[in-house]
Amino acid sequence: MTSVRFDNATRTYAGTDKPAVDSLNLDIGDGELLVLVGPSGSGKSTALRMLAGLEPLDRGHIFIGDRDVSDVRPRDRDIAMVFQNYALYPQLTVAENMGFALKQQGMPKDQRIARVREVAAILDLTPYLDRKPKNLSGGQRQRVAMGRAIVRQPAVYLMDEPLSNLDAKLRVQTRTELAEIQARLAVTTVYVTHDQVEAMTMGHRVAVLKDGILQQCAPPGELYHQPANLFVAGFIGSPAMNQVALGTGRPLQLGTATVALDSAGDAAIGAGSAGDEITIGFRPEALEVGNGPLRARIRTVEDLGSEMFVHVSIDHLGSPLALVSKMPASFAGRPGDDVGLQLVGTTHLFGTGALRLASVSACLS
Amino acid sequence: MNRDLAVGERRWVNMVFGLLAWVVGIVFFFPVFWMVLSSFKNEQDASASPQMFFSPTLDRYREVTKSSQGLLSFSQAFSNSAFVVLISTLLVLLLAIPAAYALAIRPVAKWRDVLFFFISTKFLPVVASILPLWILAKELNLLNTRLVLVILYTGMNLPLAVWMLRSFFQEIPRELIEAAEIDGASLGGQLKSIILPTAAPGIAATALLCIIFAWNEYFFSVQLNPVRGATVPIWVTTNISTRGNFIAKLSAASVLASLPVVIAGWIAQKRMIRGLAMGAIK
Repeated sequence: MTSVRFDNATRTYAGTDKPAVDSLNLDIGDGELLVLVGPSGSGKSTALRMLAGLEPLDRGHIFIGDRDVSDVRPRDRDIAMVFQNYALYPQLTVAENMGFALKQQGMPKDQRIARVREVAAILDLTPYLDRKPKNLSGGQRQRVAMGRAIVRQPAVYLMDEPLSNLDAKLRVQTRTELAEIQARLAVTTVYVTHDQVEAMTMGHRVAVLKDGILQQCAPPGELYHQPANLFVAGFIGSPAMNQVALGTGRPLQLGTATVALDSAGDAAIGAGSAGDEITIGFRPEALEVGNGPLRARIRTVEDLGSEMFVHVSIDHLGSPLALVSKMPASFAGRPGDDVGLQLVGTTHLFGTGALRLASVSACLS
Repeated sequence: MNRDLAVGERRWVNMVFGLLAWVVGIVFFFPVFWMVLSSFKNEQDASASPQMFFSPTLDRYREVTKSSQGLLSFSQAFSNSAFVVLISTLLVLLLAIPAAYALAIRPVAKWRDVLFFFISTKFLPVVASILPLWILAKELNLLNTRLVLVILYTGMNLPLAVWMLRSFFQEIPRELIEAAEIDGASLGGQLKSIILPTAAPGIAATALLCIIFAWNEYFFSVQLNPVRGATVPIWVTTNISTRGNFIAKLSAASVLASLPVVIAGWIAQKRMIRGLAMGAIK
């Protein structure tokens, strides 16, 4: 049973005023794969390094299981870490790299070799055990780094963007393998990435960070369908969610069209009179390009084979505004065509402080 | 075909640069070559106007290495030098490696000031420090001992070694040390398994420079230690005589004095050019 808990964990780097990680509260369940995701500078790597013991805490605590490890040295935390650049020991062979931690623990040599061979077999590394890291390909090095973590059977795995040095195809393949291995070993894992697709596909839950502050921690589906705020809404999903500030007026006006909300939506924004500043958000698949009431012109069409991304421009509050729609492959519009837009899926309403008020169905009229 | 040629493709430019490199090389190397040549001549030939042909002889080498009563012998000077150089270099590494670790990998407070302090000890001209050093050595009964040179050469090379090793240690990817730390290696284990092997080419380069500087040092040696415990540079000068010609003999002595450094450099070169931390990082 190994859970991990961040309790108001805060880290401020010397020479800066703003914490890199600000009062982080996070519970990670036993055997869970939690992904920390965010843009660069969001504090996700710092949070991981705090858990590893490589960064001290300025405030708060970190627990691994029931033990407060805030002041425990990295080597006494029972963790294994996979680094972005793998950090393989250059003068040691693959087998020695993988067995290094076991040797430090004082495990007898024959047991050590048996254990390394066992893990090497899982990772298809058996033919390379006698090679040095410099004689391996990028993908093989990545697997050695994984193997070095796996042989230890630690309480928690920490992974700091372990796939970002691989080429696109290998990354997708390794992503799946990694998720499978994690599921098989059922060891609590904290995984850092800046790639939201990686986060969504791998994480049991995904924690989105921005400027050192946790924005939302939820399963991928919830993050996508019920984003806590505008940042999460814009960060998760590709192409990004369309977001339009509609002002304080009621009913809501988008370009030349009126946004008609269902009753839940009206209740959420206080329809009838002028109220708070409202921003609406709708995913590309919730925007239909065809004969809707909102006039627009097609700028570009991206044909992905299975679907099309249609970039359109509307006139909103006197200036052009770019929107993107995801249409089926049968879509026949061309750049320069004048079209009409309609909302066909969920529309998210964001109010004061960019927080989500409700996710409702809406249409343009 | 009307394209610009890269520098390497202009043949005559290449030839001019090549020729220039050869000329510079020869100008630098020629005096050394002449010294080696002279060491195989007899004194008359060495002093005469340059000749195309001469009968080479090893007599000068026999003369300089033959120990004669009352004079400093080659073997004595050589063993003194070897002792002083090796012990001082060993001490330098023993002291400089922990210092460089503290300045590069886990920077102590005010590490910039510390670093500056180290190099500031080299600001004072050696001549200015020789009198206090001489008095100290005399008071401590260290004049004419090998120990005084061991101490001075250690102090002389330490700042340089700390600076060099610090920059080599900084080249070690931080993640390597962090990985070792997480893998359970103690400080000693990190040093032994990760830091020292990764920085080995840099340590070899540093050791070589310390050896060269200590081997070639003349001023301290001649001021503090001219009799017992005299080193090879002093022995070379004992071959200067006030009567007759001595160019060939001095050349032979100089060649012998240069050989250890040349050999050490040749051996160390293979280690030094090996890339630092190859394969650790993508």
